[in-house]
Amino acid sequence: MSLWQTTLEALNLLISFDNELWQIVAVSFSVSLSAISLVIFPSIIMAFILAYTNFPGKWAVLSVINTLQAIPTVVIGLLLYMMLSRSGPLGDWQMLFTQKAMIFGQMLICFPILVSMMHGALQASDRRALETAVTLGVSTTRVAATLIWETRFPLLAATIAAFSRIVTEVGCSMMVGGNIMGMTRNIPTAIAMESHKGAFAQGVALGMVLLCLALALNFFLSSVRGKGYLRT
Amino acid sequence: MKAITLTVAALSIVSYSASSAEDTQHIKLATTTSTYHSGLLDFLLPEFEKDSGYKVDVIAAGTGKSLRMGQNGDVDLVMTHAPKAEATFVDKGYGVLPRKLMYNDFVIVGPQQDPAKIETQQSVAEVFKSIANYNATFVSRGDDSGTHKKEMGIWAQTKMEPNFGGYRSVGQGMGPTLNMASEMQGYTMTDRGTWLAYQNKLELSVLFQGDKNLFNPYQVILVNPERYPAINYQGAKVFSDWLVNPKGQKLINEFKLHGKQLFVASAE
Repeated sequence: MSLWQTTLEALNLLISFDNELWQIVAVSFSVSLSAISLVIFPSIIMAFILAYTNFPGKWAVLSVINTLQAIPTVVIGLLLYMMLSRSGPLGDWQMLFTQKAMIFGQMLICFPILVSMMHGALQASDRRALETAVTLGVSTTRVAATLIWETRFPLLAATIAAFSRIVTEVGCSMMVGGNIMGMTRNIPTAIAMESHKGAFAQGVALGMVLLCLALALNFFLSSVRGKGYLRT
Repeated sequence: MKAITLTVAALSIVSYSASSAEDTQHIKLATTTSTYHSGLLDFLLPEFEKDSGYKVDVIAAGTGKSLRMGQNGDVDLVMTHAPKAEATFVDKGYGVLPRKLMYNDFVIVGPQQDPAKIETQQSVAEVFKSIANYNATFVSRGDDSGTHKKEMGIWAQTKMEPNFGGYRSVGQGMGPTLNMASEMQGYTMTDRGTWLAYQNKLELSVLFQGDKNLFNPYQVILVNPERYPAINYQGAKVFSDWLVNPKGQKLINEFKLHGKQLFVASAE
């Protein structure tokens, strides 16, 4: 079958609101959005502490976090699988092959990315503002909030980068989710499965949904950024 | 920058020389995971390569994908176990010279306590009915593989739709499916080869076997050279001949996994 024919079939699947296809899309979004929203605030706090405080061993923490960004998602999947397995230490939770397990895995994947990128963004902001404000007697939490607000665009970019990573990852979702139809089958595991089956049209259709998502996110980012520049 | 360019250049030289270093002819075989992961091919291929001088590259995928690769001319021959799909494959002119090669069988495995009481059933259709009626967890391959097609055939016999609450379609290979069944303490249908290879790692037991319906025949089919003149039809033919001749058939019968014969040679 030609690539063109496959693409046409894929478009047809999308437009005809193929139920199975959209169910998969829904799983992808609910899992990845839950993961990122659960992890975003802890990441900001951690990044802030790393950027604005000094403590012994800070460089070691930073190196570890930067290294963790490069961990293959299947390795995280494997570790989580062993923890959650019936014979594993967390087996009693009965979480394996549920959306919760996928969310957990994706949180682990995006946490180091978020912290590392947000740390970079906060570090680049002007730290004299913090020092001045503190000398003037403004509470630290307020200053922190202001600083985070001022760096919102790079922080948003970091969040989008992390989201792109988890919404496209296949290794961990496959291992701890199990690709169960209607429950834990998301876009990447479905693409892996469809191409494994030789059903390329479904795979291409899902790939297009992912691409559209990436495009929408980038449009969104550049539009808010545009407004940001206009205001100054 | 220079270093990167050099590395890329070096890598491409390495990969180029790796792909073109030898003059031995390669045969590309698409086959089911059951023949590959059981170790059968690792047992047969060195003998064949010694006898013929050909080198066989194995691509292990489900039957669905294997046939698809044959249809696309990505491989030279296929070795699969889904009689209906294979018949279509040959009828449509994608494949030629289908030959019966060997068979093994499927078994139904599940948790030792056997909540759905399938052990005492008379036929595999009855087994499936009890599982559905009890609403037990049943993990289905759901991947268009030969095993999945077999399973769907049995559901069709029961006149039931496999859409009860415990039915889990996972779209994965036999090994991962068995692991999931063990983790969820559910039932599944597996080929005996993968079962023997995995049984030590699983908390499952064979609960039902021996029904004629669970018979699992393998065929070897050449990809039609009229559709794809560039494929290695000659080599594929030599391999297919070797498999169905006494030596290949004898080796198939001799292959053992955990001390048990796995495949019964059945070439005519």
